[in-house]
This record gives sequence, structure tokens and C-alpha cells, in this order.
Amino acid sequence: MFVIQYFIPHYPFNRMSHWFSDWFAIILACAIVLGALNLMKISIQKVIKKKPGWGYAVVIIVSFLLITVIGLSEGEAFREPGTWFDWLYVYVYTPCSSTMFAILGFFVASASYRAFRARNFEATLLLLAAFFVMIGRVPVGDIISGFMPEGVRLSNLASWIMTFPQTAGQRAIMIGIALGIVSTSLRVILGIERAHLAGE
Amino acid sequence: MRHHSFTSTRFTAGFGCFLLALLFSLFSLSALAQDEPAEADSLLVTPDSIPLEYYPLAPTNVSVSDAPNDAGGSIDVQWDISPDDVPDGKVKQYRILRAELIEGQPGEFAEIGDATAGATAFTDGNTEDGLDYIYKVVAVNSLTENNEVVWEAATESMPAGPVRSSAQWFDRQRVNALVGVILLCVFIIYYITQARAGKELFIRKIAGLEAVEEAVGRATEMGKKIFYIPGISDMDNMQTIASITILGKVAELAAQHETWLEVPVCRSLVMVTAKEVVKEAHSKVGRPDTFHEDQVHYLTDDQFGYAAAIDGMVVREKPATIFFMGEFFAESLILAETGNASGAIQIAGTAAPAQLPFFIASCDFTLIGEELFVASAYLSREPKLLGSLKGQDMGKAVILIAILIGIILETFDIWSFSTLFSVID
Repeated sequence: MFVIQYFIPHYPFNRMSHWFSDWFAIILACAIVLGALNLMKISIQKVIKKKPGWGYAVVIIVSFLLITVIGLSEGEAFREPGTWFDWLYVYVYTPCSSTMFAILGFFVASASYRAFRARNFEATLLLLAAFFVMIGRVPVGDIISGFMPEGVRLSNLASWIMTFPQTAGQRAIMIGIALGIVSTSLRVILGIERAHLAGE
Repeated sequence: MRHHSFTSTRFTAGFGCFLLALLFSLFSLSALAQDEPAEADSLLVTPDSIPLEYYPLAPTNVSVSDAPNDAGGSIDVQWDISPDDVPDGKVKQYRILRAELIEGQPGEFAEIGDATAGATAFTDGNTEDGLDYIYKVVAVNSLTENNEVVWEAATESMPAGPVRSSAQWFDRQRVNALVGVILLCVFIIYYITQARAGKELFIRKIAGLEAVEEAVGRATEMGKKIFYIPGISDMDNMQTIASITILGKVAELAAQHETWLEVPVCRSLVMVTAKEVVKEAHSKVGRPDTFHEDQVHYLTDDQFGYAAAIDGMVVREKPATIFFMGEFFAESLILAETGNASGAIQIAGTAAPAQLPFFIASCDFTLIGEELFVASAYLSREPKLLGSLKGQDMGKAVILIAILIGIILETFDIWSFSTLFSVID
């Protein structure tokens, strides 16, 4: 149906993706209960059986109950500024989420250090490309290479690497992905691939 | 046909207002003087006193037609620009007027949109299919100060129409996509048939998939867990479906080796599906008793909450093997680096190009893009599935040939070959 609606703009085909999306959203909203119940079940079992790390399960249960009770007790306006729910969102959830995101900065440094070690020819190429892109993207790059002709200054070299080799490589991956998606879809449609349905 | 309007309330009766109007007019004329400096000096602008020379000539050859390849509700209006539509000319914009045709007679024209000077087309996307409409295009000259229109002079074109909008049954702009999809499907179905007939098909080695068995074996030897992270997308994502398919194969291996496979998920539907897949895998290898309901469990829908929960589990439980298969976003590196620091062997696979470098830097093996989708066929070695891979490769060969032809033709400017592949969304 999704394939057909892409080629047929006429009603009802033009509305089908919206209908399916709406139905999917409804099913998802109902399914969230399954997830929440599963989380509670496993956490409660962990606490009762005093499994390793049961203290974390207590935190999960308390947090879950707290946010649910507060959200429900504050009615329809629970997301309005000044509500307890909003307070928890702004002063607990958002800082926790931001902290996790901020950790990424440190991980980028450690991963880059490992990736850019010149162990072999490919890694050396990667190191060189990364060096030119990074230094070409900051003002100091052009200051260092200011004496060179305009076309080969570090900022232009960085742009060239990003526009040509990088784009070419990424497009090659994208073409492969597109073909893979069509092939997998066809296997699913034809019933050859049924593992995701717990079949063969 | 001439049409003009004058918007200012400052030109009312009374001497004070007259003086104000005079000053205002003189100020306004400094702008008008760009076009007609000689006559502007003697001009006093009042509602009825815009000289004819400030009126632009009307646009010509106005044509209207039903917008093609759409679901109806749209009409295309096209015109040739007014002869006065030149740089610094009299045309500042075009206005499009529309009237409904009722019993053969046009109703009242109403403005439905505008286009900048130099434009030659407008799409009216607010029509009712089956009704007849008539259109006019108005060339407008105006003077604006402080976002207020001081005066404007407009000339209407001849009416064009009637025309009615309708929906089409096929989007002709997507013929090339249809041909491509059909061609690829033909290749895939042909090779699946060949594989079913018993023809031997060669599939190159994929290091990441070759290492799956070794990774599961390592966990068995160490007596530690295997973590399988199926990404953070839901079951409507093809990467998640591919990931769940691989999960089935990994679960079979884990069940055979009696190794604990833990699947923390962040989507309820993925949890339900993954649970069934793992359960089925245990049954398939004759070990249904080794399956536990809490092997597959839900954590949270929140992206960084999920990442934090998995990081915690990895640090505390130190699994021997971690699989990251599916769609990942910013959390990819947080997960993979934590796994790397814990000493686990890591196999990742994603079709999210932005996350690939992170996985390559942090994991032992990475399935790049399409390799994620071939994994189930590769691991199962089923002829039907392998046939589809061969068909996929043929599709890739066609694209490669097209790229080579395109490079030659476009380089020598022989023919705009790339237009064959442009798809309008």
C-alpha cells in the first residue's frame, strides 16, 4: 500500500500513509502500557528477590510512581509552568538528559584518539583527512595557510574533502542502503523473510 | 482594464492635512523620481491623481491548467511578464485574482495570492475539484514606506479560463522511480527463483557477520552475558526489522550455547516482537526451557534515559559481547564507548550514515549500511534469501553502469543524463 500510494496521488491512496500513521500512533500509545508494566514487573521482582542492583530498581519504581501520580493529580494542565510535573521536568529530567548528552563530548575525544592512531595506511589517511578538516574549520587554519594561494588554503581544502570524497563515500553507502531496504522489503512482502514475525 | 487604489488617510480635508499631504507627497516623489524624474517635480499625489505613466502594462498570454500529478485541489496559472517588468521597472509584484464561474457567468474576482516581479507562474492550491474558475493576473506598481503602502497602481490582464482542478491516477514525475523499483524487483525475484532451483550463489565474506559465532562463543567461555541492543526506533523502521531478524539468529546461537542473551529495548512494540523472536529461537534449537521472559525487557522510550540505563548495566554486569544493530542517533557513541571501556567484544550495524564513524571507532566489527540488511540471509545461508542478495547486487551493478555513463555524458555535456534520475517529492 505504501508503495502504491507513492505513485498514485488520487484519493484514497493519497491519504493512506496518513491513515496508517494514525493507526500506528494509536497502537503505539496503547502499547506503551505494555512497556511500562514490563518495567514495573521486572523492577518489583528484582526488589523482592533482592537481585544484584535491586537498589536501582527501587529508584525506578519510586520515580515512575512519583511522576505518574503527580501528572495524573494535576489534571489536564499538568504541563503548564509552575506545576509540580513541570518542576520535575525542568529541574530533574532536563538536567539528567543534558548530562548524558554532554558526556558525548568526552567520548568523542576518546574515540577520536583511538580512530586517528596511524596504525596502517587507511588509518593514516583517516588521520590526515580529519586533521585537515578540523584545522580547516577553525579560523586558525586560514591564518596558518594565509601565505598559500586561495584555492589550497586549509579552509578550502577542508571544504573540498567534505564536498567531494566525503559526499561520494556517503552517497555510495546511501545507494547500498536504499537497495538493501528495497530487497528486505520485498523479502518481507513475499513472505521469504519472516524472522521478525517469529517465523523461519 | 485599469484598476487603482490609494491607501492613506492622511489626505483629508483641512489645511493642516493638506500641508502634511504636500510634504508626504514630496517625500514620496523622491522614490518615484527614479523612474520619471522630470514629471515627478510637478506631481501632487492624491487618490485620483496617479498619472497613467505609473501604471505598468498588463502581463500577457495568461494561461491556466489543472496542476498535474497531484491529488486535485490545485490549478497552475502561467503568464508572460509585463513589458514593464524589468530591473527597477514599474512592476513590483503580480497579484492573482480568481472568480468562480456560476451558470456560465464569472462571479466576483478575489485576490488569492501574489508573486514577486519576474515570476511567471503561480499555483493556486486552494480550489475545489469540479468547479470552474477564471483567473486574472495583475501587474502592480507601488510605493511602500515604513511597511505601509503609500500608493499603488495596478493593471489587470485579460481573464483566462475557465479551468477546473482534478486528481490524477498516476504521478508521471515518478515514472523513473517506478521503473527502477520494477527492475530491482525483477532482478531479486529472478535470482530467488534461480536459488530455489539449486544454483550455487557466491556471497563475499562479511567480517562482522563471520564474527557473530565467535562473539557468542566468547561469552559462553567467559560465562558472561550477551547484550543485544536493537536501536531506538520502532517496528515501523526497516532497520529495526532487520535487527530483529539478526536477533533471531543470535538468540539461536546463544540458546545452543546456553548463554544468557539480554535484550533491553526502548519501544514497547519492539519488546513484544523481540520476546517472541527470542522465544521462538530457543524452541527452534530444542531449548524452550532456557528462555526467560525477562531476557527481553523494556527500559524507557527516552533516548538518553535508555543510553544511561544501558551504560549502567554494561558497567555493572560487564557483558562479554554487545551487539548494536538497528537505527541509532546521538546515543551511539555513548553506548559503544562504554562497551569498549568494559572490554566487551562489540559488533555494530546501522544504516544511519552519521553514526557509522562512531561505531567504526568504538566497535570491533561494524556492518556498514546494506550489510545490516543482508545479515539474516548471510547467517542463515538460505538459498531464497541469498538469491535476493544477488538480485540486490544486480541492482547495484545497474546503478554503477548508470553512474559511469552519466559521468561521461555530463562531463562532455552531451546530454543531461542526470535528469533521468531526478525524483520530485
